[in-house]
Amino acid sequence: MLDLIARDDQPALRAGVDERLARVELRRQIGRLEQELAGLVSEAFGRIAIEHRLQPAAGEPRVLDLGGLERVRDELAERIGQARLDLRERAVVETYNRELLREVEANPAEHKWVKISRHDVGEPGCGGWHSRPYLGPLGMLMGWWRVKVSSGCPLAGRLTAVER
Amino acid sequence: MGAGAAPRIGWEPSPQQGWVAPHLAAEFPGLGVAWIEVDAHPGKSPDPVRRRLRDLSDRFFGAQAIHMRERPIPWAYRVFYRQIGLDPDRNRTPVERLALERLHDGTFRSQGLPADALTIAIVETGVALRAFDAERLQGSLCIRDSAPGESLPGRPGELIQGTLAIADECGPVALLFGSTGEGYAVDHDSRRLAIAAVQVKGVPQIAVDEALWMAAASLRAGG
Repeated sequence: MLDLIARDDQPALRAGVDERLARVELRRQIGRLEQELAGLVSEAFGRIAIEHRLQPAAGEPRVLDLGGLERVRDELAERIGQARLDLRERAVVETYNRELLREVEANPAEHKWVKISRHDVGEPGCGGWHSRPYLGPLGMLMGWWRVKVSSGCPLAGRLTAVER
Repeated sequence: MGAGAAPRIGWEPSPQQGWVAPHLAAEFPGLGVAWIEVDAHPGKSPDPVRRRLRDLSDRFFGAQAIHMRERPIPWAYRVFYRQIGLDPDRNRTPVERLALERLHDGTFRSQGLPADALTIAIVETGVALRAFDAERLQGSLCIRDSAPGESLPGRPGELIQGTLAIADECGPVALLFGSTGEGYAVDHDSRRLAIAAVQVKGVPQIAVDEALWMAAASLRAGG
């Protein structure tokens, strides 16, 4: 019992006395969540678009009250949850595409005309893999299929020539 | 110089430390404002500054821009923006705004002084800087919330009470990370500039000092 009385005396347990402590804690949480969201945005860059914008809590800069800070914290947490989900779903698609690519490379004749881009397997850059016949129509008739690997992004000089 | 600020070695003159309203300092430990005054002639940037801007463009890549928000100083500003109700993806932090412009334009375009001096210092350090016409400022700079009936010069209407602003002894001169009051911005007639750095929790003092020093050095190169 003495222990309980002593615990009741602790200032941290006196609810409603100092909202500033709650605001400090919420700001700490916002900092941590912002860091987590930043990491997810970087991870997703070039793979999927992640919604990371929040509704501004205030039109002008101001000291947010508890409600305002909670709104920011909750929205950040929501964005992080959605980003994780989107990334997980994307990872499933990329894994499937990687397995498909392995099969296409192993047996292109069974995967005629299948085209897989680097983006499809979560790799940066342009280009990809394309199952197509060797020597065009002759290869089609003879069943000579191969996987052609794209050489990558077009060079700046070529793009300029196209614009001309 | 603000009370309690010691002169810093190697500075002539030393940066001045502004004050923060006590209740804001309690809410936001680490919040601060420091500034340095420099004689300068706004206008076309001299060759050394333009060369430095080009070098900076060559050293800045897309990957840096993408991972910028994970670096400690840009992250600290992003967090502070969130904490004061701004969305850093709509109202960009100074360093992120410049990074976006670099990616969009393919280079840091020279915009003359003092803009180029600020660009160099902000991109190199990540610290949020802004310039004022020092001859218009009265006394020490501070960060405080607006009082009832206060307004920002040149902006219609009163500020909502509690709006965070950079102020001098006469009143608000700019919104914190927002627009500058009319008459306080640098124009072609300005002859003495105040370069102000807003420090938030997570931004080390040495980065603030370096940013001010770098901006002042670029301005002096043009003076």
